[in-house]
Amino acid sequence: MKRSKAAVVGAAETTQLGVIPMSQVQLHADAALNAIRDAGLTVSDIDGIATAGETPESLAHYLGITPTWIDATGVGGCSFLMHVRHATAAIEAGLCRTVLITHGESGRSGIAAAGFPVPIRGSLLQQFETPYGTTGPATMFTVPVLRYLKKHGLGEDALAEVAVVQREWAAKNPRATFKNPISVDDVMNSRMISYPFRLLMCCLVTDGGGALIVTSADRAKDFSRPVYIVGTGESVETPMVSQMEDFTTSRAFRVSGREAFKSAGITHADVNHLMIYDAFAHLPLYGLEDLGFCKPGEAAAFIRERNTAPGGKLPMNTNGGGLSYMHSGMYGMYALQESVRQVRGIAAAQVPDVNISVAHGVGGMFAASSTIVFSKNAS
Amino acid sequence: MKDQTRPLPVPTPETAHFWEGTRHGELRLQRCTHCAHAYFPPRPFCPKCSSAEIETFVASGRASLYSYVISHRPIPGFEAPYAIAVVELKEGPRMMTNIVDCAQTPEALSLDMPLEVAFAKQNEEITLPLFKPLGV
Repeated sequence: MKRSKAAVVGAAETTQLGVIPMSQVQLHADAALNAIRDAGLTVSDIDGIATAGETPESLAHYLGITPTWIDATGVGGCSFLMHVRHATAAIEAGLCRTVLITHGESGRSGIAAAGFPVPIRGSLLQQFETPYGTTGPATMFTVPVLRYLKKHGLGEDALAEVAVVQREWAAKNPRATFKNPISVDDVMNSRMISYPFRLLMCCLVTDGGGALIVTSADRAKDFSRPVYIVGTGESVETPMVSQMEDFTTSRAFRVSGREAFKSAGITHADVNHLMIYDAFAHLPLYGLEDLGFCKPGEAAAFIRERNTAPGGKLPMNTNGGGLSYMHSGMYGMYALQESVRQVRGIAAAQVPDVNISVAHGVGGMFAASSTIVFSKNAS
Repeated sequence: MKDQTRPLPVPTPETAHFWEGTRHGELRLQRCTHCAHAYFPPRPFCPKCSSAEIETFVASGRASLYSYVISHRPIPGFEAPYAIAVVELKEGPRMMTNIVDCAQTPEALSLDMPLEVAFAKQNEEITLPLFKPLGV
């Protein structure tokens, strides 16, 4: 493993998840203040900010921060993983010392929320996808999967099994929205949303937020429970799901994952814990294959054989994921939070001896991706 | 399918030829005269080699069903359940569309089935390229 340049020294979610009587910017602030407290710092220690959903200026003004470095990368749900990558580079370059990364989203209550972005009139997306009846992620993100299932000779139950295993993890997590066990039949009998996706193959929708504090690896030694950032990756492909190069694999996933593993200097066998952003049940299948944990077409069997389940060799989405834990709209922050908790050893469904955790995110409909490798050790 | 109130495309200078084509019953694609790459959606240069030496040509209108979902959520302009499909044109590029003259069921919509373009006039300016099973 290569030597880490930066570390997470503070991490927290909003005090509540679910339906929260707060505006969206207050969700950011609630998570930010929790994370700053977790690091043992004060707001005046923050000199860099990165956020998406809200603007950096609204965050800075609301919290009373005067930053010398900002990042407003906003490519959907994996923006916060990219913020971790960019913050690492900025700290190494000496542009700032202590970065606050925030997410907050009134996904359920809609209080002062930006909402799902409406395509720009005349954009290629608006001209060549919107006229055909797309109504948001459930009818866009899902479009490639029939081609994937056909290529690999898989049935719809491959999607159902993803949801079932993640509910097993959620059952161990008191903060999870849905904790009752479900069977493949339960998933296959749930209401059809967008064939072949049924209700229990789609993420739930809640309010919530999360924040991270990132500083240099050298300085991190002075904090309790630092989680080192040892590898990062990012890429984009296309804002139009219809124009993906290949419907059975995501180029953005592959490029981001490869960069993250290469920069960390690790192999797949080194990974003790994995988070793959699961807005819909097919994403863990694509993620396991595109990150190289499984060969093309083998992720469904890998999950069915309980490798990612409690007690399996590669515990995945151990908070219950977007399917059962929570999903505010841009879920990436919660994948990061669970990776940090697992490396710190304080997760609700704690995996024994996590040294290396990988968090993998997606933005838009396979439009963007970012991957972060965390470790308990700096090198 | 009720087409009166579905969201309609807003053409731009780079896409005007495409929408002019559909108005005239033509599916116009672009091709690089430098590297021969045929591409969609429209732009005035080749997305593969960046050459501005490109030409517009009329595609065959033949395609096959590449992938789809069937949305069960009712929205204006559509009668749920309806399929949102991606077709692969004979010339190579893929495009999102709807499948008409065909039941909107998994049984009727089989991947790789042959299709042909079916132009659906929405108003004086906009005609959408929808697709139907070949020979129907």
